[in-house]
This record gives sequence, C-alpha cells and structure tokens, in this order.
Amino acid sequence: MTQPPLLEMTAVDKAFGATVALSGAHLRVEAGEVRALIGENGAGKSTLMRILSGVETPDSGTIRISGKLFSPANPQQARDGGIAMVHQELAVVEDLTVEENLLLGAEPSSAGLYLPFRMRDRVLSSLTLLGRSEIQPSTPVSQLSVAARQLVEIARALVHDAPVIVFDEPTSSLGAQDIEHLFEVIGRLRDDGRAVVYISHFLEEVQRIADRWTVLRDGEVVGEGWISETTTEQLVSHMIGRQLDEMYPRIPHQRGDALIEVSDLKTRTGLQHANLTLHRGEVLGIAGLIGSGRSELLRGIYGLDPIDSGSVQVAGRSHRPDPTRSIESGIGLASEDRKEEGLATDLSLATNLTLGSSSARPFFSLLGLKKERSQVEWWIDRFSIRTRGPDQPVRTLSGGNQQKVALARLMHLDVDAVLLDEPTRGIDVGSKTEVFRWISEMSAAGKAVLVVSSSMQELLGICDRIQVMHRGVLGEPREVEKWDEHSLMVCAVGGEEAA
Amino acid sequence: MKFTIPRHWFATLAPFLGVLVVVLVFWILYPDQPMTLKTWQIVATHTVVVGLAAVGMTWVIISAGIDLSVGSVIALSGVSAALAVDAGWGAIGAITVALATGAVCGIYNGILIVGLRLPPFIATLGTMGFFRGVALWIANNGSVRPEDAQGVSTTDGIANWVKIGSEGQWLPPAVWLLLIITIVGALALRWTVLGRHTVAIGSNELTARLCGVQIERTKIVIYAIAGLLAGLAGVMLFGRLTVGDSTAAVGIELKVIAAVVIGGASLSGGQGSISGTLAGALLMAVLSNRCTAAGWPDFVEHMIVGHIIILAVAIDQWRIRRTNH
Repeated sequence: MTQPPLLEMTAVDKAFGATVALSGAHLRVEAGEVRALIGENGAGKSTLMRILSGVETPDSGTIRISGKLFSPANPQQARDGGIAMVHQELAVVEDLTVEENLLLGAEPSSAGLYLPFRMRDRVLSSLTLLGRSEIQPSTPVSQLSVAARQLVEIARALVHDAPVIVFDEPTSSLGAQDIEHLFEVIGRLRDDGRAVVYISHFLEEVQRIADRWTVLRDGEVVGEGWISETTTEQLVSHMIGRQLDEMYPRIPHQRGDALIEVSDLKTRTGLQHANLTLHRGEVLGIAGLIGSGRSELLRGIYGLDPIDSGSVQVAGRSHRPDPTRSIESGIGLASEDRKEEGLATDLSLATNLTLGSSSARPFFSLLGLKKERSQVEWWIDRFSIRTRGPDQPVRTLSGGNQQKVALARLMHLDVDAVLLDEPTRGIDVGSKTEVFRWISEMSAAGKAVLVVSSSMQELLGICDRIQVMHRGVLGEPREVEKWDEHSLMVCAVGGEEAA
Repeated sequence: MKFTIPRHWFATLAPFLGVLVVVLVFWILYPDQPMTLKTWQIVATHTVVVGLAAVGMTWVIISAGIDLSVGSVIALSGVSAALAVDAGWGAIGAITVALATGAVCGIYNGILIVGLRLPPFIATLGTMGFFRGVALWIANNGSVRPEDAQGVSTTDGIANWVKIGSEGQWLPPAVWLLLIITIVGALALRWTVLGRHTVAIGSNELTARLCGVQIERTKIVIYAIAGLLAGLAGVMLFGRLTVGDSTAAVGIELKVIAAVVIGGASLSGGQGSISGTLAGALLMAVLSNRCTAAGWPDFVEHMIVGHIIILAVAIDQWRIRRTNH
C-alpha cells in the first residue's frame, strides 16, 4: 500500500490579467524529502509558493496534504493547515524574546492570561533541534545575528508542528558557516519526516541539500528528477531552455598599467589589512566568506566606508576616497544591495541610469533632458534591458534587468575602473551569463575590473587573478590557473597559511 | 513620456479639481454667496504668504525632509523687514534683510540636520521655538511699527504689493511674483542638477551617495532655499499687516504642509509637484474665504484644515501601498 505524498499540488493554473504565471504546474513532496524548486526569475516559483501559503488563490488545480484536499483562502488558514514559510525577508519581531516570537499569534492562554509555560516543552524541544546554545527562550531577538533569527523562524515552524516547510532563498544573507549549519538543520527536518521545499538560485546548494528537483520555466514544470542522477549542465539547460554553450564567455584581453594601488588599507567597518594592485585590462577577483571584509574593501576604496589608515593611489596619484571624487577619478561601484542602495527603485530607469553623471556639476546647471533620453535609449538597446521605456520605475523591472541598469550606469559614467560587489546576486542564469560577458568586454576595452563574489565557480570562470579575504585580511594574488575551488575555500576558511 | 502622460495629467490636475470641489460644495450650501471675480482676487492675494513658503516646503518634502520652523521664520523675517524700514533702509533694504534672515534660518536648519544628524522633524521643531523666541526678542514681545514719515511711506509702498483692487490693477504684484516663483521652482526641480539631486536624495539617500551626490551640501542648499522663500513670505505678511508682528503666522506650518501634501507630494520623499502645491495653497485660501463668507467661526476652519491633511496623507499612503503591491 502506498502512502499519499505529504504535499501534492496538481494542475495549478494562475493568470494575472493576460500574463500566465502558472500553467498546469505540479509539485509532489514525500515525507522525509527535500525537494528543490528551481527556475529563473519569473518562472513561477514564487507564485506557486504564494498559492501554497494562501496569499494567492489558483484559477484551477488542487492542493492535497497527506491526501486530503486543502484550499487555503488566506495565510492564516495555510499556517493552520501545516504550511510554514521561511522567507528571504525575516519575519521576526526584534523587540520580543525568542519564545514570544515562537508563540506569536498562537499564545497559550487562559481567561486572557498569557501562559507560556504550557508550551515550554514544545519551545525547548524545537530549539534543541536547532543545536544553537545562544538561542534560549528568553533571549531577545534583537541580540541575535541574521542567521540565528532565521533559525528562530524555523523553530516557529516546529513549534506549530508544520509538516510542510518552504525555504525561499534562505541563504542569500548568510555566511558559509551559517549555511552549513542551516543545512544540518534542514537535514534534521528531513530525518524528522517533514516535507521540505527548497527554493534557491544557487545550484551548488541545491545539489548538496536536495533529494529531488523540479524545474519551472514560464509557469510550466519542464523537468524533475533525482539530484544524484543529474548534472549541473542538465539543470541549467532545463532552467534556460537551451544548451548553455558558454557560461563564462572570455574575450581575450591584455593586462596593462597599474591603475589602482591599495596599500595597508584598514577601514573602520571591519577591513583589517589589504594590499592590491589593479591593472587596466584585467579582472581581479576577491574571494572570501560573507562578512570577511570583501565588501568593505571595495567600499573603502570607493569612499563609502570611512578609512582608518593606509592609502589608495589612482593612476599614480594619491586618492582621498569619497564617492564624488572617485567618480571624477574614473572609479565606479555597483552595490551588492540593489534594492536598498544600488538603485532608487521608485525613480525611473532614466534617472537611475544617469544619476552620478551630474554629481560633480554645479547646483544650478541645467540637465539636458533630451540628450539624456536618447543616451538612455541607447543603453537600453545596448544592454537589451527589457522595459516599457526610460520612464518605467526601476521597482517594476526584474532582478536581472535591474542589475543591468546598475551596470549600465557605470558604463554611462565612462569610468576606467569598476568595483563590482556580488554582481550576479539574485539574478537568473541567463542574465548572469550576460553580466559575465559584459565584464569580459570591459576588460577587453582596457578597463580595470575588481569583482567580489560568493561563488568560487564564478570567480574561477571570469577572473585573471584572485585574492582571498579572511577575517578582514587580504591574501596575496595568484593567477587564476593556480587556484581551484578547494584551495579558494581553504584560504577563505583558514587564511593564507593553511593553503 | 508617451506612457506617463495620462497619469501625469491626472496627478497634476487633481489638486485643482480639489479647489473646484471646495468652491462647488460651498456654492451648493450657500447659493447666495457665489465666488465673484472680486472674491477670486482676494483669494489669490491671500494665497501669497502660504504659497511662497509652500514652494520652498515642496523642495524640502521631496528631499524626504520637513520644515516645521516655517511659521517662526516668516514672523522673524517680517519683524526684521519692519526694523529695516524703521531704520530708514527703504523697501529694497527691507526685502534684502528679510531674505537674508530667512536664508540664515534655513542654513541653520540645514546645518543642524546635516551636522548633528538630527531627523528634520526634531531639528526644525527645536528651531521653531528658537526663531520665534528671536522674533519676540527683537520685537520686544510685540510688534514693530515704523513710525516716522519715511517709514510710513515705505510701509505703504510694500503694502501696495499685496493690496487688492488698486487702480487699474487686475492682480497685485505679489500674486504675479508667486506665479513666477512657482514656475521657476517647478522648472528648476525638473531641469537642474539640484532638482535631480533633491529627488534622488528623497527617493533613496544611499543610492544618491553611491552615485556621488553631495548629500550634505545639497540638503543645506535645499533648507536655505526654503528659508529664503519663507523670508519672502515674511515681507509679504509685513506688507499685509503693515507691522512686523512677532506673534504672527503661528500654526501656519500646518497650512503650508497641507498645501504641499494636497499638491501630491509624498511625506516619505522622492515625489512632489510644485504646481500641485500652488493649487494646494489656493485651496487653503479658498477654504478660509468660504468659511468666512458662510459666517462659520474660525475654529471650524482649523478643524477642516486638520482633516484635509489627514485625508491627503491617507491618500498618499494608499498610493504607496498600491504601488508596492
């Protein structure tokens, strides 16, 4: 006798006006299984999960939990029905304690009195599963790190005994060690017999944690199978719907003169010590764990983070970092945080793209709006940005197209050196390849590119030289041929000596 | 442009429609009190003080700031102008002194906000008290009335700018001045580097910094401009009252902010329209005039203005929620 799957969604259709978001999509997750749900941005993953969590109602199709029909009309019903979501954006209340957060909205009470001890056993056993001693019921959430707060969300799912737990891009703000820990916890959830849906852009992660995979493209399920029987190339070609001949296009380029020289740089934000020389016509990569000081290095050079000591020279001349001066000296930076810092998302594509070109001009000088417009149209064409036009608010563009706007801004500034902080974060595979090609073109055009990335593969694919950051200290550069994923990871985790 | 024209037009016209609605509602309630040409002239003239200050306030609010000290700056500039007239410096001298006073107040606001990193609400709440105190001090707790013959004739001269129905005049010069400043302010917002940077700072300060916008300097200039225009409003108020009254314009910040918000600006910054603000200021004046014509006591007007702000902000919040969805 076969057990019905814990979660079964069948023939789910959903359209928003004329846009078909899902068409006949299905998803089956057995008890004790981690199912990866992957696909490019806009493929329908989020819509499918919004339907599961009761935020949207499907046009047609059914959801069954352990064989029983389930149609949540709102998020509350979905939660009561046993669906727990762990989001990218954390949904914990900072000013409450861990226990208060776990019980939020379902406080055990009698005659209006709050009686947390009734649930204390459940709370404690949930926290035990997390395996983190710093998370105690009485700990204020405000004292916890981002990673620990995420674990609190997982614990909330456990307290409410949800059989189905959905992780939506859970690692996007975590460091390598926290990711390891998260995977251990997910492993325990699987052993505990729960159904886990894991949504991610990072195929390396999916391959490590998931048992089976489902790929969505344009709202349809285009493939599924066992992770152990599938190669990365197969997953990628399912996702983008064509063969991926060249993930990392390389245009031949030649290393030129030194453009930026950084000596003994230390910032007030966590960078301890860095020496580097960035040449024209090269791509220099900075590897390292999140929080190791990689971003701070870029931000220190550019002038966004205050410098404690050390010096930056641009083209042989001393440079006192400050964003306005950096742009004047021919340095541009793309922020790792597109939504909060990289782009003013409420403003138009045109304003975002051209902001910066005017930064050093006198206040009452006039903007040439007509000329600006034709330039923006040229960049839209050049970067094949999918948009209704220059006036479209950046907020309404997809992640990949937003990133193209941020990169087009650097091109528009016509800087000699570009500092790229996680240039492919949160964008789909197709857009990633375009960003890599762009980086290669920049170096071929004699520009200097300094790129920070969490993906070792990516750095190995696009860089000429790589330096590794460990606990705020930047290691010596080596040619890319002398690195592999293993040696990069060893240096990132243990510093230069360990290599 | 092609795509935004319809929405753009609606957003521009909505505040003017608001004025029409107010006129119509009162016309229906009191058919024997219609808006005559004469009434419109009076209303236009009464728009000047709030309108001038509101143009500056629009820039401040678009930069995601606020200036609560505007009423105190108007009073202080009015008193300064009166003192200048009394000292025999003539009309030009009075205007110069008032503008300088307003600009200095604005720069002080800007420096507090930028230098001490205070939220604009707190910084200008503090200077609202401070500037009022200075005005009371230099006016000896009362008002300054230019007494000698020269002073009186200069005062009359300034008063004529804001006087309705002078011989052969359709509208007094102050109204034309307001229109010119509105047009310059609106064009500058769209066509100058300062305007672009104001919108950028209000929409996302981090992005503006990333793009090399000099946030500190820009903010100080924005508050200085707002102060300058409040100073100009102070001269006009002096002209209307013919005395420099240190207790004048108390609570006017409510009307000024209401005018800006009715005009379509968002208190969270990044959005706003100067022409809309002009309509908002006009709406305030029409409302005040109609309440008086209807014989309603003063406090009713206050109660209505309070709710107009609440309504305008509620509409703004609703707009934000809808676009975020």
